[in-house]
Parts: sequence; structure tokens; C-alpha cells
Amino acid sequence: MKVLTLNFLTCAVKACKSSTASFPLHPKDCELVSDTIEANPALIYNVLPRVDWAALITTASELGFPTLPAQPPTKEELEADEKMMGELHTLLLETQISEGMLRCGNCGHEYRVKEGIANFLLPNHLV
Amino acid sequence: MSRPEDTLPPDLHYNDTEARKYTTSSRIQNIQAEMTHRALELLALPTPSLILDIGCGSGLSGEILSTIPSSQNGPHTWIGLDISPSMLATALERDVEGDLLLADIGQGVPFRAGSFDAAISISAIQWLCNADSSEVSAMGRLSRFFNGLYASLKRGGRAVCQFYPKNEQQRTMISGAAIKAGFGAGILEDGGGRRVLRRIWF
Repeated sequence: MKVLTLNFLTCAVKACKSSTASFPLHPKDCELVSDTIEANPALIYNVLPRVDWAALITTASELGFPTLPAQPPTKEELEADEKMMGELHTLLLETQISEGMLRCGNCGHEYRVKEGIANFLLPNHLV
Repeated sequence: MSRPEDTLPPDLHYNDTEARKYTTSSRIQNIQAEMTHRALELLALPTPSLILDIGCGSGLSGEILSTIPSSQNGPHTWIGLDISPSMLATALERDVEGDLLLADIGQGVPFRAGSFDAAISISAIQWLCNADSSEVSAMGRLSRFFNGLYASLKRGGRAVCQFYPKNEQQRTMISGAAIKAGFGAGILEDGGGRRVLRRIWF
């Protein structure tokens, strides 16, 4: 699972819908893999305004990556700085969680990730 | 021909054998490809996008999304949801580029508001009309799905869902649930009325 995906995923439990603590999910005991994906700057420009930057800072630090700048780069900054664009591409798209858990900060539910696939099936009483 | 929807729930119907049969059948591959291209045509995405693939199965549609050339505003990044572990295992074997999630869309769509540029669903949502246990109703599942889908799309985002309704009643039930969730829904029928392509937008 890509870090980009984690930045959009929320806890699926009904009672967590209204809680801000249910996002982002917190990676626990995660193994990471790196997958080579062709650069796609137009995609990054398109999704960046929708990336929750504060959540990305949290995720990056939980996964043990260097601290991100406090503010997201602008499109102009990315156009001018190939290195920054490359790093963002690596973090968002190429860095992937292959095994581990994603834990909700509100209800504590843990979603298992196996071979990169997160299990979001819930027992009926939590839906 | 009997409908698979009438016999078993999707996670049981698409076991390892059925998942492989589905994925390697050239007839199904062709139909799936044709419908994915048709869905993309309806979405008319102006730039490489983040797309939700509902009922992504073994990633037949997703693979197409990943390979749309930049001259046609691709390639797109996609996240696929499916309830069948066997289908997802087949997707893994085929090394698809999108992310895969084991999820029941009748339980909702677990993404924050405004996540996706667009959503596609090829031959999946008719399965929502089956409520497989007494605890859940088909209407409840449909409404959780469409409400969750509506919220997960960005403002102006579109969803194209192609599905095979069993009958008029099922079709009305599905479009009713979509409209109730806020979609402006239109139904397009392709292929002699047997294949129904349904376009929803807002």
C-alpha cells in the first residue's frame, strides 16, 4: 500500500466517522518495500492540493522518514526543484507498506496489511 | 444462463478457480477492456488522476488505467476495492500497479471526503442487491455504498458504474439509492439493453 493511499484512508467503523482521531491511520510493525514507478509529475500536481500535509508529516515520521517541511511545496517550487519532486514521488508512490497493521487512533481497531493488501472487512456490528 | 449473483455471495463465488477463469477468459478480458475505455470516455479526465475502482477484481480495468498514455491524459493512479480474496490474489500474481484493499462496499467506502477525481465500477454493484445474511438489508448496503462514494469524490468528481441489473426493480433500486446520496444519475444502455452503462455525476 502506497503512502499516498494511506493519506486518504480513514477508519471504516461507523462510530469513528465523526472523530478527527480516526485519521490518519497509524502504521504499526510495518515492513516497507520500494516499488519503481515511473515519474508522473502531472499526477502529483493534481493530487497534492488534496493531500493532507499534516497527516503526511505524521505518517512520514511514524515510518521513520526524515522530517518533512511544515508546509507543502507549491507547484512552482516543485517545477523548479527536481530533487524535491523526486523525493515526493518516492515517498507518495514508491514507498509501500507490504506487511503490518494500520491502527485507528480513535477506536483502536487494527487493519491488517498482508502482501500490501489491507483488510477493511468489518464485523457487522461495527458497520 | 443463470446469474452468479443468484447463487452465492461474491466472496464465495469468486474462489481461486472462478477468479482465474474470470481473469484468463479472453472474452471477459475484451468485454472488460471495452467497458473500461467506455467509462474513461464518459469520465473525460483532463489530467492524470486518482481513481477509485469499485469491485476491482483481479485488476483488469486497473491495468488499463495504469497504461493510458500521457497523450490521452494518463496514466492514472488507482485504488481498487474488492471483497474476494481470490480475485485480489490473482491481481497480486499479475503484479498490478494500483493499490488493493479487501473491503465490502456494502459496508461503506473508507476514504476521507474529497479523495478521488473519479470512480469506476465495472460489473460489480449488482452484487450489492444481495443481502446475504439476515442482519443486513440490500437497501442499507446500497445507501451506505452510494453515500460513502459520493463523499469520497472531490467536488465535481464523477463516477461511472456499469452493472447488470437483474430486472427493472433492481435497476430502479440502484438508481434510487444513487440519487438519494446526491448523485445526478443517468442511465445509458449499451449493447441491446443487456449491458447497462450507467453514468452518474454531480
